[in-house]
Amino acid sequence: MDRRDFMKKMIGTGIVAGSTVAFGDYADLFAAPGASPPAFDLVAVKGGEPEVMFDKAIASLGGMAEFVPRGSKVLVKPNIGWDVPPERAGNTHPKLVARIVEQCLAAGAKEVSVFDHTCDPWAQCYRNSGIERAVKDVGGRIVSGDSEGYYQQVAVPNGRRLTEAKVHELLLDADVFINVPILKHHSSSMLTVGMKNLMGVVWDRGFWHRNDLHQCIADFASYRKPTLTVVDAYNVMKQNGPRGVSAGDVVAMKSLIVSPDFVAADAAAAKIFGAEPGDIPYIQLAAEMGLGRIDLGALSINRIKL
Amino acid sequence: MALHRLKTLRVGVALVFFTLTVLVFLDLHNRVAPPIAYGVLYLQFVPSLLQYFHTAAPGAAGCIVIVVLTVLFGRVYCSTICPLGTLQDIVGFAATRGRKRRSFRFSAPLNALRYAILSLTVLLLLAGSGLLLNLLDPFSSFGRIVANLFRPATLLANNVAALLLEQVGIYALPRVQWAAFAAASAGLSMATLLLVAWLAATRGRLYCNTICPVGTLLGLLAGISWLRIGIDQDACTGCRSCEDVCKAGCIDSRWKTVDSSRCVGCCNCLAVCRKDALRFENRWRRPVPAAQPDRERREFLLNSGALLLGLTGVPEPARVIIQSKPTTIPERVTSPTSPPGSGSIAHFTATCTACHLCVSACPSRVLVPSLFEFGLEGMMQPRMNFHSGHCNYDCTICMDICPSGAILPLGVERKRLTQLGVARFIKENCVVFTDNTACGACSEHCPTKAVDMVPYPNPANKPLKIPEMKPDFCIGCGGCEHACPTRPYKAICVDGNPVHKLAKQPVVKKMEEKVDTSGDFPF
Repeated sequence: MDRRDFMKKMIGTGIVAGSTVAFGDYADLFAAPGASPPAFDLVAVKGGEPEVMFDKAIASLGGMAEFVPRGSKVLVKPNIGWDVPPERAGNTHPKLVARIVEQCLAAGAKEVSVFDHTCDPWAQCYRNSGIERAVKDVGGRIVSGDSEGYYQQVAVPNGRRLTEAKVHELLLDADVFINVPILKHHSSSMLTVGMKNLMGVVWDRGFWHRNDLHQCIADFASYRKPTLTVVDAYNVMKQNGPRGVSAGDVVAMKSLIVSPDFVAADAAAAKIFGAEPGDIPYIQLAAEMGLGRIDLGALSINRIKL
Repeated sequence: MALHRLKTLRVGVALVFFTLTVLVFLDLHNRVAPPIAYGVLYLQFVPSLLQYFHTAAPGAAGCIVIVVLTVLFGRVYCSTICPLGTLQDIVGFAATRGRKRRSFRFSAPLNALRYAILSLTVLLLLAGSGLLLNLLDPFSSFGRIVANLFRPATLLANNVAALLLEQVGIYALPRVQWAAFAAASAGLSMATLLLVAWLAATRGRLYCNTICPVGTLLGLLAGISWLRIGIDQDACTGCRSCEDVCKAGCIDSRWKTVDSSRCVGCCNCLAVCRKDALRFENRWRRPVPAAQPDRERREFLLNSGALLLGLTGVPEPARVIIQSKPTTIPERVTSPTSPPGSGSIAHFTATCTACHLCVSACPSRVLVPSLFEFGLEGMMQPRMNFHSGHCNYDCTICMDICPSGAILPLGVERKRLTQLGVARFIKENCVVFTDNTACGACSEHCPTKAVDMVPYPNPANKPLKIPEMKPDFCIGCGGCEHACPTRPYKAICVDGNPVHKLAKQPVVKKMEEKVDTSGDFPF
């Protein structure tokens, strides 16, 4: 597909997000005019509580207002896939999710929505993960992802294997998209971080599984670049993922990664997990497709120890 | 006169029971059904009777309460607690609105028919088949009507309302995903509804007094009841206003008699008699011993009834196949899977009345009405359909609400170890084998890691893993089968255990290092 053809398809889909990929810049289209580029490509924090680590990280990137313009609609997408309590580290830490929602609202967001297309029954996942309560308590909006009616067909123009997907309408509606995965061992994709977490915004995940999972994960990542990727590595499930069998699978790592570059975020998370980013096929594929940077050595990284 | 007000009381009580029962079945968001279902449905006769037979738990003695009530006051169950009865009253009320007078007439009882149906139902039950009971039990018929017909309608209304609210940015009302459509159950429910509604609109309570085995059985008890409505021969002027309003057709104003075996205790007649000629009469001046069913004998017969098990699972309708290599090996199972808490298919099919409350309440949508998987006797009884969902590891909702004891409460600890069936891996269908691409959706969903992923040397030389079964740890929750993406046949499927077993405790392998102490970033 040549560039002209590609641009035509872009316009055809009418998806604003698509253009962020074409222009290679993630936030300027939505951010307040004149917003300065962030000081760091990636911030890594270690040694604090989830919400404290996030406060430090976002402050070093210039504050939430750098990413969340006044009056914007924000989608925060944690992992709420499993009906397990927070200590099992199957889902994103509720305190982290709540703090992100709080920060978005404080920055002047019009509304902040939170949802996931869960694996276990959604109401039980939302409740027992602690995320529903935590989000509601800080004024966020909890939305179901459990009905096909919420999902709309979109084209994935840069996809090699995945060329279309049914995507939750809140993602189409959002001005700002903050992906908040939890870092975990994963039986299907070896590791789940940011790109893998995007499986929770589409309806038919089975298609990915039977059509080269790693390629589909990388393909969908090209559809819309998250404004920010916030990786929860506070408690990390090191084995038996992604659901886990017991709390024995979990290691307290008290870490957090924040980056506007989702490939870099996934690569750094892989390192924290103890894996080489290049060994995780979807991270390698995404880097090859030019979706982000895998060469952590070449990035400007702010390392914060608490 | 207080007797005039009995009708108002009856209508009030009936509406309370009816509303709560409907609510329990229509609770799309599972907010009220789990906590109140047990209490609301405690007095439903057939589920309670079956539970009492099978567990002999005093707490499950709602049917005894009904027997005592009937022996004391006649068939009050039929006019207050039975939701199908109240549904008929609502239909009848709507059908006669606008007309000045109802025009019911005394009719002779269809004794041959009603006792034949009751006998056949009981005989089949004693022979181990609940087929006729499940088809005719008024509570379960009503449950199926609500679950299969009204619930989809409510779901549609809910989703339209949710859609409208979303237009103004309100997401507080969640949409609800359609469950698997069970055509046979929906068709039978529709047939029941049409028959019952037509009879109710034209012939009053003829259904209750002819077809309903509970009505006929309680009618036998009502024949010996303590208080019965009767006519004071002297006070009655023969104006027939009572006969006009008697939807049971049991008042013969010419001979001034009331057939108490067919009187449903609606008290309509008491409300219209201007001469106070209708009254409650004490018929126990010459006491008659109440016949109690021989429980032990019945229990023995019920338990020893051999049940035909289902043959093989009915294949799902083929969907559009979007896969490079469609799978070729059909998922064959030797037995369907019954819900957790049912213990065995024998217990389940003997006790379940197919009211579909669990189908309505299951948040995973894994419970769906069966067709003939459990055999003809088990028609419409719910089975685990792992194409439509999987049983959530920590969920106990079906066992908490089942009114008949077909699904007994195990508690969450025991439930997690109860093996409903065992998953079987069909390697030749697996996408890792056919396409040499990564998957592992099955292992991802497995709560016990009975489906593990092991290294798989492959022609493409990729670092692939392939599922490996550890059957001892499998609980048959179907997470693997539900998640398996291959089409048209899945690469892993649960074969039901006719008698549930205990799985081994999942291996808890603790990470050696519980807290990461390395102070530095690895990049």
